[in-house]
Amino acid sequence: MSSEYDTTETLDVKGQSCPMPIVKTKQAIDGLEAGDVLEVVATDSGSMSDIQGWAAGTDGVELLEQVEGDDLYTHYVKKTA
Amino acid sequence: MSTDNPTTTAEDGKAEPESEPEFDPAELQALRERVDELEASVADSDGADDQKRMTIIATQGSFDMAYPPLILASTAAAFGWDVVVFHTFWGLDILHEEKSKNLKLSAVGNPNMPVPNAVAALPGMDRMATRMMQKKIDENGTATIEELIELSLETGVDLQACQMTIELMDYDEDDFYDGVTTGVGAATALQHMVDADIQLLV
Repeated sequence: MSSEYDTTETLDVKGQSCPMPIVKTKQAIDGLEAGDVLEVVATDSGSMSDIQGWAAGTDGVELLEQVEGDDLYTHYVKKTA
Repeated sequence: MSTDNPTTTAEDGKAEPESEPEFDPAELQALRERVDELEASVADSDGADDQKRMTIIATQGSFDMAYPPLILASTAAAFGWDVVVFHTFWGLDILHEEKSKNLKLSAVGNPNMPVPNAVAALPGMDRMATRMMQKKIDENGTATIEELIELSLETGVDLQACQMTIELMDYDEDDFYDGVTTGVGAATALQHMVDADIQLLV
């Protein structure tokens, strides 16, 4: 269940709902370097689908993994370019 | 195109053997160069069209109707899209710094309201409905209108205020959030819409 990525930064969007997890993820990714991994911790169940859609439609990012815990949704997004 | 294949005619009954090409090497070279040139220009225009564009026309200024354009716009900006939201008529109140904080929900005409229209029409019902909705929004962790506007502007969304409506409503350009584009009209909106992948009227 726990994921072992060399996480560069953790973004806490717990308690926030659409569109905040996506918009904040994008902003955090913009501040990272290529190769960095961002961990996004959310409580919004919609973030599972939204982060997938965002990562698929956005250049330079790769969704490594999504972990669903107890009311907690953790996403690992890598900046590839 | 249709001349590529030798045709079979009724008279000779079989295809003519391929005749020797009679191209002048210089002409052939010129054609090849032209093809390269065209291919390059197609590749170029593909690159230019790579960025998706979305235009939203926001015409409604009630509390609930202010959300969809702002949520879509800020999300599209997170995708790296070029986004314009053109605010006209009541939609202009969303960009009005003071009015945006006091947008009201209409209790009348909304069949999903827990009260019948006859009751919803009583004085103070809109305020009550708005307060209930605001409480829900707080509890749900949904962003406020103000937060979404700031976020949209921060992420590069072009929030435009229709100049004609500004004058119609007797608003001043200083009434709007910093970063809002004023001095624009229908032609500006259309110009963005014509090349947009998504156009929405809200």
